[in-house]
Amino acid sequence: MENKQTPLGHIGFSIFAWIVGLLIFFPIFWMVLTSFKTELEAVSIPPSFISFDWTLENYAEVQARSDYFRFAMNSVILSVGSTLVGLLFAVPCAWAMAFNPTKRTKDALLWMLSTKMMPPVGVLVPIYLVFRDWGLLDTRFGLIMVLFLMNLPIMVWMLYTYFKEIPSDILEAARMDGATLPKEIIFVLLPMAVPGIASTMLLNIILAWNEAFWTLNLTTADAAPLTAFIASYSSPEGLFWSKLSAASTLAVAPILIIGWFSQKQLVRGLTFGAVK
Amino acid sequence: MSTRSSTLTGRIMSAPSIIALFLWMIVPLGMTIYFSFLRYNLLSPGMEEWVGTLNYEFFLTDPAFFASLANTLLLVGSVLVITVIGGVLLGLMLDQPIFGRGILRLLVIAPFFIMPTVNALVWKNLLMHPVSGMFAWIANSLGFQSIDWFSEAPLTAIIIMVSWQWLPFAVLILLTALQSLDRDQKEAAQMDGAGPVSIFFYITLPHLSRAITVVVLIETIFLLTVFAEIFVTTGGGPGLATTNIAFLVYTQALLQYDVGGASAGGIVAVVLANIVAIFLIRLIGKNLDR
Repeated sequence: MENKQTPLGHIGFSIFAWIVGLLIFFPIFWMVLTSFKTELEAVSIPPSFISFDWTLENYAEVQARSDYFRFAMNSVILSVGSTLVGLLFAVPCAWAMAFNPTKRTKDALLWMLSTKMMPPVGVLVPIYLVFRDWGLLDTRFGLIMVLFLMNLPIMVWMLYTYFKEIPSDILEAARMDGATLPKEIIFVLLPMAVPGIASTMLLNIILAWNEAFWTLNLTTADAAPLTAFIASYSSPEGLFWSKLSAASTLAVAPILIIGWFSQKQLVRGLTFGAVK
Repeated sequence: MSTRSSTLTGRIMSAPSIIALFLWMIVPLGMTIYFSFLRYNLLSPGMEEWVGTLNYEFFLTDPAFFASLANTLLLVGSVLVITVIGGVLLGLMLDQPIFGRGILRLLVIAPFFIMPTVNALVWKNLLMHPVSGMFAWIANSLGFQSIDWFSEAPLTAIIIMVSWQWLPFAVLILLTALQSLDRDQKEAAQMDGAGPVSIFFYITLPHLSRAITVVVLIETIFLLTVFAEIFVTTGGGPGLATTNIAFLVYTQALLQYDVGGASAGGIVAVVLANIVAIFLIRLIGKNLDR
């Protein structure tokens, strides 16, 4: 709508847009900045923007006091583990649905989607009791299973929309040339499917990393990931803002980077192909 | 094209996922429904007995239920209004030729990748703290009284945090939809003398309607069960001021050990979510045929 802009109007609009963008980003910026302050400077009024003694001691202290890396390790294991298990189930399923569709494929896809619409509180009680009785509470295995199942519908859907775009003529051609099914998958399909699989993995890692219903309810210490670790700051002792900021910055950084790389694919995965 | 053997292979390949999802959702849901008809408290094991619809009667006539239902609707409704309107405006903004647009877009969508517990604690402590928070400092230096967000306007505080988290989601989707808008159509309208306002209402907004519907439906499903933000900031309080249905069910199950009552509450939440889900699934199903 700003097609017929004067150069001055263009600059003015850019400045306006940047102010809006920076305001939205401000909480993250402020968190990162606070993580480099001492606890006293973090609560000082007026707040200091640049002129403070930059320090890294918060990062050291977070590790020393609370064994940060154990929680970070849990986050990595849970998100990567649930993603890999998910691929093992979702790739064949999406492959079959995209290339051998039957009359019931559409219903099956929509049914999978409908399981994703179930609010987790609807199954909290039985899952909690089963976990308690089977000794799965606060275990990495149990949480990997929960996170994998929670995201399985999204994985199948996202892979399905990617596989759908692979022209099936190519598969026919490979079949004509005598390729067997395993060969067809490994040499023809997989190379074309890699980008789709990669972005599905990234989205799934993001969702699993940030998941904060099951991780808060089913863990206490051993299997607790960063979501639960950060939540423990809600009942703090003494001044803690800088340490909270340092721990938060570390917890958020990897996902922010992955998310920035996969922002386009995200739309497809989160809208189940309804918006491309 | 599919022969009998390839259909069979297809079934074998999709069976594990379908069975896994079935075990994960349908079986526990069945258990929840069963529990919801029992008097079942974890503190008195072995005393379970069939009580019919008593749990539902208790849950649905509990003042806490009405408070939390109102909070849930208020939370979902406000966040939807803020994110959809904000998303359209920011989408239009980012669709313009701006200096450094790629980087600007990264900044705007960043909040979506912040984990909910970090979001909640950073807003609560660094920004909304009544004494040393950023907002208090801004208010004071402009000569206003600072607000103690979590005791004076706790639900508003939660709404602000959740909106900040979900605004980028709306922006991402609406921007994607905007970029598929036919430029020629817009230019033709401009030639015919249509102003920016009428172009927006007669061309852009109708084009966005489907994307907006998708945003509304998907956000509703996630927002109905906002949990972590409440869990780490207010714990549902003060009183019941920030308790939504999800949090109420959680307190009944894991704090009061009332399995029967919590199950009845869980089923109520499922019914609420399904009202929305039916519309969303229809919309996406239609899309599949194209």
